[in-house]
Amino acid sequence: MSDLTQPMPRESAFSYHRLVLRRLFVLSGLTVLLCLSVAIDVSLGPARYALPDVVRTVLFPSEAALQMRVVVWDIRMPIALLAVTVGGCLSLAGAQMQTILANPLASPFTLGLSAAASFGAALAMVLGVALVPAALALMVPINAFAMAMVAALLIFALSGMRGVTTETIVLLGIALVFTFNAALALLQYFASEQALAAVVFWTMGSLTKATWGKVAVTALILAVCTPLFARRAWALTAIRLGEVRAAAMGVPVRRLRLETLLLVSLLAAVPVSFVGTIGFIGIVGPHIARLLLGEDQRFFLPGSILSGALILSATSVLSKAILPGAVLPIGIITALVGVPFFATLIFTHGRRQW
Amino acid sequence: MVTLELDRVEARYGRKIIYYSATVPPISGGTLTALVGPNAAGKSTLFRRIAGQLGGGGRVIFGGADLSDLRYMPQDTGMNAALTVYESIILALKQGQGGWSLRTEELEAVQSVLTRLQIADLAGRQLAELSGGQRQLVSMAQTLVSRPKVLLMDEPTSALDLFRQHEVIDALRDYVAETGAVAILALHDLNQVMRTCTTTIAVAGGQVVASGPTLEVLTPSLIRQLYGVDARVEACSRGCPMMIVDGAAA
Repeated sequence: MSDLTQPMPRESAFSYHRLVLRRLFVLSGLTVLLCLSVAIDVSLGPARYALPDVVRTVLFPSEAALQMRVVVWDIRMPIALLAVTVGGCLSLAGAQMQTILANPLASPFTLGLSAAASFGAALAMVLGVALVPAALALMVPINAFAMAMVAALLIFALSGMRGVTTETIVLLGIALVFTFNAALALLQYFASEQALAAVVFWTMGSLTKATWGKVAVTALILAVCTPLFARRAWALTAIRLGEVRAAAMGVPVRRLRLETLLLVSLLAAVPVSFVGTIGFIGIVGPHIARLLLGEDQRFFLPGSILSGALILSATSVLSKAILPGAVLPIGIITALVGVPFFATLIFTHGRRQW
Repeated sequence: MVTLELDRVEARYGRKIIYYSATVPPISGGTLTALVGPNAAGKSTLFRRIAGQLGGGGRVIFGGADLSDLRYMPQDTGMNAALTVYESIILALKQGQGGWSLRTEELEAVQSVLTRLQIADLAGRQLAELSGGQRQLVSMAQTLVSRPKVLLMDEPTSALDLFRQHEVIDALRDYVAETGAVAILALHDLNQVMRTCTTTIAVAGGQVVASGPTLEVLTPSLIRQLYGVDARVEACSRGCPMMIVDGAAA
């Protein structure tokens, strides 16, 4: 080994500091973009207000005209902020599913949580069945949440069994997707035209029924789960080196996987029950974060939340901007816009990640 | 000086017992110890039992160290995480510790292990870009960075070229001589064992069949028992012991 090829000892630490700075810069950039996107989202809508007026109404609501205050604070802000919290929750759920299952395809969708939620929602819309006794207005989200948790707990219970590998869990998730989709199709077959339309609309995903209550609940879940993951940042990163290696480093792999699955179930089930099936964010959000920031959870964790929130917020903007006067279902836009963006990132980075 | 002793140790995978009564008298640190045996003899199982990853009866007795001072380097080098080499070594160092920030001495520990294994030039590379041999070196750096007092390494040099094997074994010898650590290396190359390891443990079929000074353990009859080959131990022209394999035992 020639000494000439060896960097000076301090050089690696210096390069590492530079890498950390670059990552902090990327995280700040994502935050700025997210703020911008939310501002644009709030300013867009059928009633045309100028951006400065909207910003003034957000900052000083008491000084704004009543109509504008109602439109901005009661309609647009909940939608814009729900896009942020739901995007963050789904992306974080996908990120940690991919981490603990060592599978790039793992997400709330591939593991059947969304399919289960859709089936639960359809039960309420088609048959009027309430899985948990609840007020009529809450029957759909509560059914969706209950079924998503059933799917999550099934996967959770299976993961706790001895000898079950990550591949088995992913396969079970795919089996759940098919089962719940078949059950949903059966319900649709017997549904009235009106109910059928409602189910189809629900499965497309929509932010239009956003309320401050939904924003608060999703924000709370994100606020509870994020620090719990943050405390396990080193262990979660180690698990990506493989189970055997993580165990050799002293990571309690089985316990960590079960704890993470439980948190991920909450992170995925609640937003899905509020907004329906918004595909893709749970897969793409984490992959974008991984490409930009690597998998050190100290950066990957906030990066996944920010990228998911940004994608859904930007999609919310697009869903209003594409057809003026109409709001396209957001679930459709996420996939249509997300795929080309994602493909570009993959091909420009061109390095093997899995 | 650190010591390690096995007293009628059992190792289980669920209900399946792999080791029944493995006993090894105290092994002293400061020099390298080899663990030899044919494929599927239970070398990795014994390591995992000592490392506390598998349950079972019997006692693993550490002298001058405890389980938290032990690091196990598994054979598998599957590393596809989107991390740089430097990050992966920091990760190994920070396990079990709280806090996201890194202290100067932690960065120095990473630097010292990179230098010791002569892989400072790999620090900024992505794990997924590394060759098999480089992965093995990084894996070793992850194992050594926390300065363990007990080291269990599963075929640590299997993917390395001759030059690197020599360098790495030298680095390990220096490390154990400096720290008095116990280092057990599962190895297949018996000539390498004879050259570098003072003590040898031989296992087969879930049993410890011999343990002691290497040249007393690696006899032609034991080699025949372990591997089913006829072999001789002879001195080379410089007087070093060498194993010459004549072929499959009749």
